[in-house]
Amino acid sequence: MAGLHFNTPESRETEDATIVAHNARTGLILFAIYVAFYGGFMALSAFWPAVMSQPLLAGVNVAVLYGFALIGAAMILALIYMRMCRKAK
Amino acid sequence: MLHDTSLPAVLIFLLFAGGVLGISFYLGSRARSASGYFAASGGIHWAVNGIAFAGDYLSAASFLGICGMIAFFGYDGFLYSIGYLAGWIVALFIVAEPLKRLGRFTFADALDNRFNSRGIKLAAATSTLVVSCFYLIPQMVGAGALVQPLLGLPHYVGVISVGLIVTMIVTTAGMVSTTWVQFIKGSLLVALCAIMAAMILWRGVTTRPTDADGRELPVARRHVPAAEITEAPGAVVLPAEGGWAGQPYVRVRDAAGIVSVWREEGGGLLSETQTVSLRPDGTKWVNGRPQGKGPGETDLQPVGYASKLPGGVESTGPLGPIGFLRTLQQSEVILWRSDRIAEPGGGTSIVYYQKPTAGADFMAPGSSPTFRSVRGERFIDKLDFLSLMLALFCGTASLPHILIRYYTVKDQVSARKSTVVGIAAIGCFYVLTLYLGLGAMTSGSLDVTDSNMSAPLLARSFNELLFALISAVAFTTVLGTVSGLIMAASGAVAHDLMTNFLKLRLDDYQKVRAARIAAVSVGLVAIGLGILFARMNVNFLVGWAFNIAASANLPALVMLLFWKRTTKQGITAAIIVGMVSSLAWILLSAQAFRDVYGLDPARAWVPFSQPAIVTIPLGFAVLIAVSLLTPRQEDNSAGDSRRVAEGKFPTTV
Repeated sequence: MAGLHFNTPESRETEDATIVAHNARTGLILFAIYVAFYGGFMALSAFWPAVMSQPLLAGVNVAVLYGFALIGAAMILALIYMRMCRKAK
Repeated sequence: MLHDTSLPAVLIFLLFAGGVLGISFYLGSRARSASGYFAASGGIHWAVNGIAFAGDYLSAASFLGICGMIAFFGYDGFLYSIGYLAGWIVALFIVAEPLKRLGRFTFADALDNRFNSRGIKLAAATSTLVVSCFYLIPQMVGAGALVQPLLGLPHYVGVISVGLIVTMIVTTAGMVSTTWVQFIKGSLLVALCAIMAAMILWRGVTTRPTDADGRELPVARRHVPAAEITEAPGAVVLPAEGGWAGQPYVRVRDAAGIVSVWREEGGGLLSETQTVSLRPDGTKWVNGRPQGKGPGETDLQPVGYASKLPGGVESTGPLGPIGFLRTLQQSEVILWRSDRIAEPGGGTSIVYYQKPTAGADFMAPGSSPTFRSVRGERFIDKLDFLSLMLALFCGTASLPHILIRYYTVKDQVSARKSTVVGIAAIGCFYVLTLYLGLGAMTSGSLDVTDSNMSAPLLARSFNELLFALISAVAFTTVLGTVSGLIMAASGAVAHDLMTNFLKLRLDDYQKVRAARIAAVSVGLVAIGLGILFARMNVNFLVGWAFNIAASANLPALVMLLFWKRTTKQGITAAIIVGMVSSLAWILLSAQAFRDVYGLDPARAWVPFSQPAIVTIPLGFAVLIAVSLLTPRQEDNSAGDSRRVAEGKFPTTV
């Protein structure tokens, strides 16, 4: 396996400024989306905890569903990011 | 609780530990250069590295601490799961690629890439050491918690054995073996948890819990008329002296001279409690008798079951993933809380009492003492919760042992891919923690004195084999995370402090030797701290490590990447101020007063326990202020090639 080869020389990557900038911008946009989603969770828990205990879907409350959604959103945004990032030539 | 040694558990555990050590020795014999030791020569496959991320991250705290917290308090433990995973978003979107681009071996390399400043090296290496040590404490405490039921050994034996095994792993092979240990353990942990969650759903929820052999477990009594206890033949009600005065407890000495403690429910009814008393002569008594398994001795009863199920049924039978959560939300579960009482004749007693809790209550934030404040009215109390959630969000991308893993893959694309694999594995695991925790809560098998043991005891409620496997994997979990942390700390000492800060001219061999000596030293410190903090919930301790990591490292990392005006003095100041302020805040908090010093928490100096909401902005403010006050600096990243030419870096670059 690749990981067992020790003497592989490290290669310095060639950096293309436009690709680096594109990837960084993509990352920041997706980050902002997640921050808003996570911020909503924090605000709801801290200031409207009664809302969190209300059943929302199939008898499961807002707290559990929002928690699962945050975990799921992290996975989905990670995949979107991977698709949107450009590779260095 | 006292635990019996389990032979299959011991055998499986030895097999695991032996296998892990074997891999380490084999790989260690092949890693010769400093690059191989610190960064596995950048040659680890991204998929392996991704699972190794999960292995690094899913520590004793994630597994033992979160399961324990959910089992004891419900949804509040799951808040940690959410925060821990959300932190990966910062790691992936903000930190992963630039860090890979800028650094070589350590976090300090990346920060110092533009400046070649000794101040930054010293500050970054110190923060790496402090965060690693703080993060090591819960891992070691978790190790001790595991060996108690597994091997029937005292807590400190677990701490010492983990410390020794890990130090051997790290000193033999460095990052390669650490990575493979993490890979094996990460995949096994997620797979086993999935199996256990499926078994929980298959078993469903019952009001009459049984043990692995199908024997019904004893359930603590409730709604007992007071007269039945106090007026029993030969019973004497003891006066409420000392710490018992004004407490809702009735102490009764029966005809045999055994003292039992009952909690007043109101309406002339009592409920059974469990008490642990430490007497002035150093002996430990449980429920009025000496603790032990011999004649005349007794031990604590396992606890945790649903007292009411929807529709009044006795058992639900197999449930789906949604049905399980819905059922618990509509059930009532007996949770346990405790009171510490000073005995009139010296010594202390801890009374564990039953607290029937509705599912609607424990399935929403605010049911644990840690987060109770979110249900209060005062804004300042809510800051504690907000601060912790902020620390978890920002802390992941600042943890040194996570940061160094970006150097084990060959390029930025691999760094990105392995982070995505890591997020997928970790996300699945954290969803499972809710099922494991709630399964443990209603399994009838909890140790009322130690929340950290909930997950292994849950496995034992199914069968001994599962218990053996889970304990062994959890133990390997501790080994893996601790080795990652010791690796990060030893890199900070050998690479950042000795080579780059003190400018010692070390060749590859000397550098690796210095790192190994550092690894042994950090290992010994970790053993000491693990024994010292034995009684704290490991998850809470991890929260502290995240606070320090986020406060010390995140402002420097983010501003370096996104603000061109950042100066080396600004970075150094931000790391030092962030680290010192968060550390000081934690040491002066109510939680530290109560759990570490044993003092009255009301005397704490700071208004809430989690510092991040204050100290992260403080780090940013200090960085901006100092950078603006110091002259603009030229990009000095050409320094790398100069140092390579001077022979200070290995020439494999």
